[in-house]
Amino acid sequence: MSIAASFEIEYLQYLDADGKLVRNDLPEFARDTRQLVELYKTMSFVRVFDGKAVALQRTGKLGTYASCLGHEAAHVAIGSAMHIDDVFAPMYREYGAQFVRGVKPREVLMYWGGDERGNDFSGPAHDFPWCVPIATQCLHAAGAAMAFKIRKEPRVAVSVVGDGGSSKADFYSAINMAGAQTLPYVSVIVNNQWAISVPRSAQTGAKTLAQKGIAAGLECLQVDGNDLIAMRTAMDYAIKRARHGHGGMVIEAVTYRLSDHTTADDARRYRPDAEVKSAWEREPLKRLRNYLVAQNAWSDKHEETWKAECEKIVDVEVNAYLETKVQPVEAMFDYVYAELPADLQEQRAQVLELEQARKH
Amino acid sequence: MAQVTLIEALTMAMAHEMAKDPSVVVLGEDVGVNGGVFRATVGLSDKFGPLRVLDTPLDETTIAGIAVGMAAQGMKPIAEAQFDGFVYPMVDHIVCHAARFRTRTRGRLTCPLVLRVPWGGGIRAPEHHSEANESTFTNVPGLRVVMPSSPSRAYGLLLAAIRDPDPVIFFEPKRIYRQYKEEVADDGEALPLDVCFVLRDGSDVTLVTWGAQVKEALEAADALAKDGISAEVIDVATLKPLDFDTIHESVKKTGRCVIVHEAPRTAGFGAEVAARLAEHAMYDLVAPVERVTGYDTHIPLFRLEMKYLPSVERIVAAAKRTLAAS
Ligand SMILES: Cc1ncc(C[n+]2csc(CCOP(=O)(O)OP(=O)(O)O)c2C)c(N)n1
Ligand SMILES: [Mg+2]
Repeated sequence: MSIAASFEIEYLQYLDADGKLVRNDLPEFARDTRQLVELYKTMSFVRVFDGKAVALQRTGKLGTYASCLGHEAAHVAIGSAMHIDDVFAPMYREYGAQFVRGVKPREVLMYWGGDERGNDFSGPAHDFPWCVPIATQCLHAAGAAMAFKIRKEPRVAVSVVGDGGSSKADFYSAINMAGAQTLPYVSVIVNNQWAISVPRSAQTGAKTLAQKGIAAGLECLQVDGNDLIAMRTAMDYAIKRARHGHGGMVIEAVTYRLSDHTTADDARRYRPDAEVKSAWEREPLKRLRNYLVAQNAWSDKHEETWKAECEKIVDVEVNAYLETKVQPVEAMFDYVYAELPADLQEQRAQVLELEQARKH
Repeated sequence: MAQVTLIEALTMAMAHEMAKDPSVVVLGEDVGVNGGVFRATVGLSDKFGPLRVLDTPLDETTIAGIAVGMAAQGMKPIAEAQFDGFVYPMVDHIVCHAARFRTRTRGRLTCPLVLRVPWGGGIRAPEHHSEANESTFTNVPGLRVVMPSSPSRAYGLLLAAIRDPDPVIFFEPKRIYRQYKEEVADDGEALPLDVCFVLRDGSDVTLVTWGAQVKEALEAADALAKDGISAEVIDVATLKPLDFDTIHESVKKTGRCVIVHEAPRTAGFGAEVAARLAEHAMYDLVAPVERVTGYDTHIPLFRLEMKYLPSVERIVAAAKRTLAAS
């Protein structure tokens, strides 16, 4: 027998759990500590926002909310590596990436607060909305990449899917298409170890999720998803490659879901506290903060001032959300078609009539 | 006898049948240790182990396709779609295979599976978690489509669905999962899968509905009674195959019919009921048939969803229109 094909999956990490550099080939962007500080500030802003959103849900002011606690490095790296013209196809908890792309916190709250206008966000108008049907966004991103290829535009499509979502047919179909057509498509698997109550080990027999890309003919990389520097380096590399016509890539960001799946979930039912506790030791903010402090680029004082600033910004956003009036009842007809068909106009009139009668 | 909610009755039925019949297995996302996101399979994993209560990878194609394969080879899978909005990847396997094995192979292979689908709106859920998509399946030959509306009917109908030799899509109105408790004996008694249930006798107008709207229909009947109008309430329960006789008998008596459903209006299952009335009950009717339904829009996110769902008020108004017409 001879070997028909073989592969290896590399793992990328710059900062260990304590924030010590484990490699000496620090990429250009990371040598500029001011830039790292900005990224750190975004990450910690996301965390303040996230805590507030959970609190809003607990007090009945928000619907079910999917927390991003623990995913901040992966998300902010994705958002900051992308060009504004690139297309982002998120799942439902990538607020860090979306804030960088201009989505407002109040819009996230509107979405989980039961108002469609959250999906009409201030981020790039070509970005896809939040995507609840798992992994379907992967194919939409591949489709966007196909459009870029046909029109010869130097743009890249990036999707995020979970460890659970990487079991879904749509995920495989998307990377397969990207491989078949050499598409400018980066598929990021944010492996947070859990798909609601189902552990990573129950999703697949594959040793890494990154290697799924091998079968599709894509380049693959596993990254410490709690390490902002590694994640950003990987994303920069993948996006640059894709933009220059070298095809797609699968990046597995290894991280941990420190929160419940959503506020409707109680993770204590299915996962041991000890596991969560040990995951906190590897969380993304602490290590980057330690690194920046060691570089004399950040201090407790900075931390305190910035936290207070974040609280203020988030309060403004929360108030804007809370003050948003419910859409008028006829809004449900507004965007079903480009123009409301006559058949629907009658139903709309009925709804309005009913609403009038209720008011009197 | 135990006092149970609708969802507890479902758990009871599954546990009963799994204990009795080793070929019955449960599969889906989070159905094992977690007991299902709605807790419908709670305790089953402890009782029957992880192979008979299988946490699948996160892929609906897997769940439906595996269920079809198992069912064709002598198992009785109860597959769970976590929410109504996530059945669409399953449709290929259900429509092209589950519904057709019997007919394609002239009876050689069959597909006795149950697909449980938590169904409908009104629980302040996120996007794609509130769909009333029963019509996606009622147009498919070879399927049975069932939707209980009380704990006891949930128990009896699910038992019947598991025992049925053909594929059954079993919709569960999640809005009334825990609405009230009822005494349900765990006696293994199934209910028939081809009858409508008359829940309340009346003589002036027939209210025909299913699933969560049974609640509103009964409340509307109460409200109408205060105005001296006697409404009969029918829970269709099994949409396909339809027991039209029960509906027809009622309309012969009342001459009026209001069909209530949560799904969008156009080509909703109410259209089938109305068409049958047009075909068979034209001369029994003294007023045009009314439909109170969801609109032909997507169900809005939760800030507006209650304005979309049929309300007691809309049902009462429709019933009164049928009385005003004659
Ligand atoms: C097609 C589909 N099936 C089921 C669900 C319900 N659901 C929502 S999130 C989730 C788990 C997702 O896990 P993973 O892909 O690992 O992403 P994570 O939430 O952990 O970030 C499930 C099963 C869904 N939204 N869509
Ligand atoms: Mg996950």
